[in-house]
Amino acid sequence: MTYNLRVFFVGGYLSYRALFNWMHWSYYIPTMLGAPLFQILFFAYIGRFAQVKNDEFFVVGNAVQLSAMAGIYGMAMTVGGERWTSTLSSLMASPANRLPLFLGRALPIIANGIITSAFAFTVGWLLLDFDMPASGIPALGVVVFVSAFACTSLGLVIGAVGLRARDVFFLANLFVYLLVLFSGANIPLESLPGWMEAISRVSPLTHGIQAARAIADGATLAEVDHLVWTELGIGGAYAAVAYALFRFFEIEGRRRATLDTM
Amino acid sequence: MKTLRLLWVGWRFYVKNLTLSGFFILTSVIQPVIFASVAYLMFRAGARQETLLYVALGAGMMGIWSSTLFGSGGAIQWQRWQGTLEYCIAVPPPLILIIVPLTIATATIGLYSLTATLLWGWLFFDVPLAVSDPVAFAVALPVAVIGLGLLGLVLASTFVLYRNANALANLLEYPVWLVTGLLVSLSLLPGWVGPISWVLAPTWGVNGLREAAIAGNPWPEIGMCLALGAVYLVIGHFALRHFERLARERATLTLT
Repeated sequence: MTYNLRVFFVGGYLSYRALFNWMHWSYYIPTMLGAPLFQILFFAYIGRFAQVKNDEFFVVGNAVQLSAMAGIYGMAMTVGGERWTSTLSSLMASPANRLPLFLGRALPIIANGIITSAFAFTVGWLLLDFDMPASGIPALGVVVFVSAFACTSLGLVIGAVGLRARDVFFLANLFVYLLVLFSGANIPLESLPGWMEAISRVSPLTHGIQAARAIADGATLAEVDHLVWTELGIGGAYAAVAYALFRFFEIEGRRRATLDTM
Repeated sequence: MKTLRLLWVGWRFYVKNLTLSGFFILTSVIQPVIFASVAYLMFRAGARQETLLYVALGAGMMGIWSSTLFGSGGAIQWQRWQGTLEYCIAVPPPLILIIVPLTIATATIGLYSLTATLLWGWLFFDVPLAVSDPVAFAVALPVAVIGLGLLGLVLASTFVLYRNANALANLLEYPVWLVTGLLVSLSLLPGWVGPISWVLAPTWGVNGLREAAIAGNPWPEIGMCLALGAVYLVIGHFALRHFERLARERATLTLT
């Protein structure tokens, strides 16, 4: 138990520091705070120009969606980075339990997603026409945590595919862009064609964003709990798929000697 | 003549090279199509009756900027990683003649994005492809590519001094989309954004394309894009010389 906890916390911490070039501020700030700031401004101004929705719609949608960016890129790059630095084989050869090994890598990334989202909400409050009751902040925190978990689970699936696919970064970018389109962060769900709306209903983020918008409008956590549970369920389903894929591709990678293929 | 041949061969080589890159296919085809879809759906859902061709051209230009930003921003660093930077500097032609074809090639790859967003819009969103002044459009397009390519030269020669150039590239994608009015009218933005947009080639490039495609007189925008390109060339020339001198003095040419 102690051993698994050590793998979970210490392994996750070291992996996270490596992910951001040993957490150098010159990489972290432009990528994790600068780009999100301008993403929110960009979509909020398109919203104003197209007269589609008010600023609150875009601030909340993008602030929650930004937790996806951290979760998906983070998890995909964790596996891709192990392969790039030729440490994936050593990791796979270790006797460590795979569950804490990879979930430990997910935890700091979920925390990072929450920080990015919190920064985005603050920016929206400071620079745009966005306000919400302070009493809603704890409930919003829960929703962002659950959404970040769901997206990190999707990132784990992409990371697992990265054990087989050569270009995991391509996949990670693709999924982040697809979530911009399908999650309802910038387009009202009722405006999506039927087939797109159906996809958005099983995607991470969609229900989290809906819940966050309701909370920003004054709803309580109890009033949106069905959305939160759905988001949690979707995240749990992706995490289960990711674990199964990790095991499958690990066994296949050993059998075919393809773990270090680049 | 030798210079023109060098530019032509370099440009052709880099276009072929970049076309084989999965990352550039993503930034120049898939990403613009997804962002164009978001923009089409937003404008359809909104109350403003803006022509979808206006949106399609803006979304296409977004792809050209992304391709230039990520391609040119890391151009010199790539040469470093591949171990070819010493050869680029040691060969008899000036370094600028080696780098300019590369940065223009990164903007050229962005043409895939314009083609993709226009075709995507035509197929799935009923975007009309009728261009009101085809001759002006045929001139405005390469001028926009050259303008952005030369802006790429400035990026290539300045980003190299920054250790995490790719982080800077991540940062600059959205703000330039915003302040150059690719999908949002500049009149909506604060007044101080205006002067920033005037010194950026995408502003004039997309306006030239829109004036030629939809209605109006595109020639002043085309002229501004060319003039800005000339300014970028001068800045890039001095910045590259500065980089080359620093790299030789500090013996950092091959350091990655």
